Amino acid sequence: MGVCVCVCVCVCVCVCVCVLMCVCVNGCVCVCVCACVRACVRVFTRHQVLRISAKDELQLSALRDLEALDHLQLDIWIGVRDVSTPVDIRVPAFSLSTVKSHLDYYEIQYSIMIRDLQVALDEEAEEMDAATRDVEPRNTDAFDYSRYHTIEEIYNFQDMLVSENPNLVSKIVIGRSYEGRPINVLKFSTGGTSRPAIWLDTGIHSREWVTQASGTWFAKNIVDTYGKDQVLTAILDKMDIFLEIVTNPDGFAYTHSKNRMWRKTRKPNPGSSCVGVDPNRNWDAGFGGAGASSSPCSETYRGPSANSESEVKAIVDFVKSHGNMKAFVSIHAYSQMLLFPYGFTKSPARDHGELNELAKKAITNLASLYGTRYRYGSIINTIYQASGGTIDWTYDQGIKYSYTFELRDTGRYGFILPANQILPTAKETWLALMTIMDHSSRNSY
Amino acid sequence: MSPALMRVLRVVVLLSAVRGAPLATVTLPPVILEPVPLEPVPVPSEPVRVDSGADQNISIPINTEQQQQQQQVSLDVDVMLTGELNPNHYPARRAAQVVLHHLNTRYGSPYWWGALRQVHKATAEALGDSGRKYSLEVTLQDQISGTKETCTAEVVFPGGPAGGPPQVTTSYEGKSEINTQAQEEALYNQYNTSQNLLSGHNLPDSYGHVAPGMEPFWHLGGVASSFVMLKESSENTLYNMAQVVSVTQLATENNQLRFNYDVLLHEMVSQEIIHWKLLASWSPQEGVKASQMELLPKCHHCEPPQEH
Repeated sequence: MGVCVCVCVCVCVCVCVCVLMCVCVNGCVCVCVCACVRACVRVFTRHQVLRISAKDELQLSALRDLEALDHLQLDIWIGVRDVSTPVDIRVPAFSLSTVKSHLDYYEIQYSIMIRDLQVALDEEAEEMDAATRDVEPRNTDAFDYSRYHTIEEIYNFQDMLVSENPNLVSKIVIGRSYEGRPINVLKFSTGGTSRPAIWLDTGIHSREWVTQASGTWFAKNIVDTYGKDQVLTAILDKMDIFLEIVTNPDGFAYTHSKNRMWRKTRKPNPGSSCVGVDPNRNWDAGFGGAGASSSPCSETYRGPSANSESEVKAIVDFVKSHGNMKAFVSIHAYSQMLLFPYGFTKSPARDHGELNELAKKAITNLASLYGTRYRYGSIINTIYQASGGTIDWTYDQGIKYSYTFELRDTGRYGFILPANQILPTAKETWLALMTIMDHSSRNSY
Repeated sequence: MSPALMRVLRVVVLLSAVRGAPLATVTLPPVILEPVPLEPVPVPSEPVRVDSGADQNISIPINTEQQQQQQQVSLDVDVMLTGELNPNHYPARRAAQVVLHHLNTRYGSPYWWGALRQVHKATAEALGDSGRKYSLEVTLQDQISGTKETCTAEVVFPGGPAGGPPQVTTSYEGKSEINTQAQEEALYNQYNTSQNLLSGHNLPDSYGHVAPGMEPFWHLGGVASSFVMLKESSENTLYNMAQVVSVTQLATENNQLRFNYDVLLHEMVSQEIIHWKLLASWSPQEGVKASQMELLPKCHHCEPPQEH
């Protein structure tokens, strides 16, 4: 058998990679085998979808002429019917100028519905992949932190996190909501007994969805960065972190099923047709004073008495029995603020100076990531007077580093913040939280 | 079958499912989504403002006095401040928000929607029976293009039991960029019709989505809502539009595109979600006008229409 030299030419039907194989057989006859190794996926690059509005019979007729031109390879999505129905046509890139000239010549109005169909399809496929990923993720790595989740999905996440990290995370059920849902707190601890602790809560006002979403990310982030991030590791080697992600479970379920703008708990009020109590006016700090409403129909209804809401009482009991909380951060949205006591009185907190300085540091660190601007100060100066508030109570219990966040944004989307802002919000907020936690860890009292 | 081939087939199936669906609204076929743009977060060009006011104005009282003050639960914080105000505290911010509502009624459009970015200076003075006047220096920002501008303004909150809407004057002279004109004209021409009238709802939806074709009508809703928010504002309120519940186009009249809007406003101090209806009319020449503004009572048993 002699030496053969083969030359093969391969042609694929679509724009993709080809592989050539040459085989020499007796007598140096070459047999070429061609295989397209990737199926054609990218066929719609720079294709546009045009919505065309014909206004009279002449224009309609011009459109029908266009449709008949096979070489343009137009793909009619919604066909030519009458003057009141727009026509949607997918136009391949190579036909665009022809089609647009034709439309302009007849002065036919059109708009570009999709600028590049392939881009739109790729995005959509990515979303669908994400959606299938999301249905019952099998572990916390497969959980999609950049989407909003239901209470079941978040509770599932909590259990998975615990089972994946039994030496760092445990779940404590500190009580039940009015409708009987468990109130879950994740405890992050490297050991010890009754170590000084930091408390974080999100979602006390159920419509503030970016907060529960951020809380979920915080939980995962603690687990992922313990042992890698020096500052966090130092904190957790000294202190415990408690994180309550869904602080108002009934309200949260209600925002998913019935009313996206629900804020309060879901406990009925006797003698009234209005439901719910504002859980951030129900604490025993200035309770009954100006800065909360006595009407059950109000969004800031304080409730019949302090701690009347089981969601609030659960935390009160937990904090009191723990007895060694050193920092307490309650997270809300929106307004982009970092606030400290008091809300119920203009009298400055004894530690006003230190709290103010620490707040300034925290929001400077927050801004370092994406430039997001926060204001800071006491509640009553910065936002409004509010009585019966969470951190007024925790501060008066002796928890010096008591803070409230109001996360993104400043009103453009408000409560309905797009999901693509969840991760940036969570990440920048974490920098501020770390500042506060680091400071509490270094300044024991 | 290879995963790649599966992808192709899935795409083809999607396309065939979408084809031929009759559309009565201008929403995109539900299956295909335009990429959702990231909200632009401008990096501050000046240093982050420090709340130095609080430190300077505070004199920490002695323990017993402080404790006594803390017992005084029904403290009257309605004693209005006069003179130089802390620009980061709420009195200045509420007055500044009123300025933005005013500017939106004057200059807003489907392509220009102003928001308050920063308050630089603020003073307040009492005008006796006539009310109270705020003098402000603010930076506003177009939420669509991100363009910023600084101006001065005066806001008078009328006194007396009748109250009445705040009166605003500003040094703002109009949008410096004129390139919204082409977009406005194109939108106007596209919708200047008596057939195939636009309708939409839940802008944004629960997840913060607005279909790209509907964005101008979300902006228009925000601008039209400013007419309501301006007239409803006082020193004790801070309004934002929370959501467009629905928008329905009516036939063009007097060369103005017209839309019935159903909007939810969020009032920050009471935390209430307030439901208003209004009729918005717009043309590039005339700008936005709102009329037939009607407050809908809070329905405690109503569940708002739940979306997909």
